[in-house]
Amino acid sequence: MEFLNAFVALSNFVLVPAIAYGSQLALGALGVTLIYGILRFSNFAHGDTMAFGAMCTILVTWLLQGWGVSLGPLPTALLALPFGILGAAALVLVTDRAVYRFYRAQKVKPVILVIVSMGVMFIYNGLTRFIIGPDDQRFADGERFIISARDFKSMTGLDEGLAIKTSQGITVITAVITVALLFWFLNRTRTGKSMRAYSDNEDLALLSGINPERVVMYTWLIVAALATIAGTLYGLDKSFKPFTYFQLLLPIFAAAIVGGLGSPLGAIAGGFVIAFSEVTITYAWKKVVTYLMPEALEPDGLLQLLGTDYKFAVSFVILVIVLLFRPTGLFKGKSV
Amino acid sequence: MKKFLSATAMYAVLASAAFAGSHSETVKIGVMMAFTGPLESLAPPIAAGAELALNEVNEAGGILDGKMLEAVRGDGTCTDAAAATAAAERLITSDGIAGLVGAMCSGTTGAVLTNVAVPNGILQISPSATSPGLSDQEDNGLFFRLAPSDARQGEVMAEIIRERGFSEVAVTYTNNDYGAGLAGSFQAAFEAAGGTITLSASHEDGKADYSAEVGSLASAGGEALVVVGYVDQGGSGIIQNALDTGAFDTFVLPDGMVGTILEENFGSDIDGSFGQNPSAENERGDDYIAMAEAAGFDGTSVYAKEGYDSMALMLLAMSAAGSTNGAEAASKVMELANAPGEKIYAGELGKALEIIANGGDIDYVGASAVELIEPGEASGGYMEVEMKDGKLMQIGFR
Repeated sequence: MEFLNAFVALSNFVLVPAIAYGSQLALGALGVTLIYGILRFSNFAHGDTMAFGAMCTILVTWLLQGWGVSLGPLPTALLALPFGILGAAALVLVTDRAVYRFYRAQKVKPVILVIVSMGVMFIYNGLTRFIIGPDDQRFADGERFIISARDFKSMTGLDEGLAIKTSQGITVITAVITVALLFWFLNRTRTGKSMRAYSDNEDLALLSGINPERVVMYTWLIVAALATIAGTLYGLDKSFKPFTYFQLLLPIFAAAIVGGLGSPLGAIAGGFVIAFSEVTITYAWKKVVTYLMPEALEPDGLLQLLGTDYKFAVSFVILVIVLLFRPTGLFKGKSV
Repeated sequence: MKKFLSATAMYAVLASAAFAGSHSETVKIGVMMAFTGPLESLAPPIAAGAELALNEVNEAGGILDGKMLEAVRGDGTCTDAAAATAAAERLITSDGIAGLVGAMCSGTTGAVLTNVAVPNGILQISPSATSPGLSDQEDNGLFFRLAPSDARQGEVMAEIIRERGFSEVAVTYTNNDYGAGLAGSFQAAFEAAGGTITLSASHEDGKADYSAEVGSLASAGGEALVVVGYVDQGGSGIIQNALDTGAFDTFVLPDGMVGTILEENFGSDIDGSFGQNPSAENERGDDYIAMAEAAGFDGTSVYAKEGYDSMALMLLAMSAAGSTNGAEAASKVMELANAPGEKIYAGELGKALEIIANGGDIDYVGASAVELIEPGEASGGYMEVEMKDGKLMQIGFR
């Protein structure tokens, strides 16, 4: 019983939130890593692409809600997601035409593209705020919980409750489907293979007749889809506020680098590593340990390694450690 | 370009005409509230209260031999001292205000007082700034507030919690002057009364996710969670997350958290949660609520009564002093607000002006039962509130 209580408390405050957060980071990091692998620069505008895609989804969600369309227990935002992806895709393709293509034609160094992407980031930043404003937006509807803490307690008779939000469930399921589709696309389709070829060796790919502009366009389309899905899931699960997406940039990059830039598998692993470290290091373990220990050994302190204020510092530290000791990341990506 | 030039030229002419006008016929009063920021949902009723008092005085014939009054709004934000200072500066230099009602939050109020009100020598009355630090701030006697210091609120909150039989609570506070000040005074009072604080942790406003904060608070445990925060900001985020994870279901809500938006966001999910906001018992308090309803706003909203009283007191002080000069008007505030004299309730400003014009003495009670103590702050009556069936109910005064 004590053990079960400990496990439920741990799931409620650590496992469930970290898995949902990890999935969101993984989807974000996949986008970053694809850009890095194929277009060969770190795209700082990725967080704000997420915000823009999520914003398009929200606007369509409101429209659908206004028409009285709903998905029953599921959030209407899922229905609006394809439209959000279209919006984000249009935005990144226009940006690529207007900005990145110019620099690509000149074969500039990656660091210049990084700075360019920063400029793009500020423009997206302003665009999102201009359209939807800087405030929190609520757009979630449908059933709030798969299982709520109160129901769980009365069902099992345990002291601890376990809450799983619908948004958390949807996040994990959507992430699994998206990742499966992406891997199928990269490994099985002609376009996917040409993208990987272009990523591995640009010159050889060009010699074998792969059209670089096509590869670039597909990359942006996939990145727009990933960013919108990640952004919408994060907004559903937490809340939509343009500024938080800017802050997400750090853990997303940390995830991509920890996993190995350019390696899709690494991005997913990195997302979960970062999410679990952030949550476990700032979690106060007192409650869990109290259940497991005999009464005499119960801890007085909170058993918290770092205050919650330092959450973002955790991803920084992991980033530094990985760059120092294994610059190519866990899955042998490209070194930074 | 030509059009632009002529438009700006026209505007300059109009603006200077308006500026010249402001010095002859009307007296302008600044109303600076946090119209944007973490308390934006509380600001409109306070500003509306202030303007209600101003209109009432206008209807009674104005002040200083029939000069009409005009309110000019400024955005004090709540957290951005630089923006508030700039807005106050603008109110003085371009609008030519003679007095300032505001700002709303403690940090911005202090900044405006030091940087604008004192150097320009104008009277400033805040309806709602509660930080204990403002009591000691250098103000040349120009600053008053109708909200009590949080040192007092901490004691009252500790008392209420103890009386309800809670002995162990966790505290989370918003990481600024208001949050840290109130959390500190509460902790001292609660521990002195024999209670235990399991954890007092800060939270940052404006985050999307408070699961880490709630996780550590839940781990520390406690029978209730004291949320010293803002209802439009992290405070609501913390409550939402604590409810979602089942970490706490009773919350203690100090003044920044008491707002009808709680009913909208949480409804009966937080039944049994309780709190307090500054407001003294007033035998004729309903007068004001009816007046506010007629004017189209909610007079029971936090500090809406104080908004009316701040403006009323400022205008009465100016007419008692016979001048809009800050120091002269400020010297009258205390004697008007306190006994002896004829009691003046909300809606009786015309009568008060008459008494003052005839050389009589008044005791301004107003909407919020104003009683000022040195150094120019409310003595500290609190209204106890509780969530019942998804509604925020008043249950008593202390």
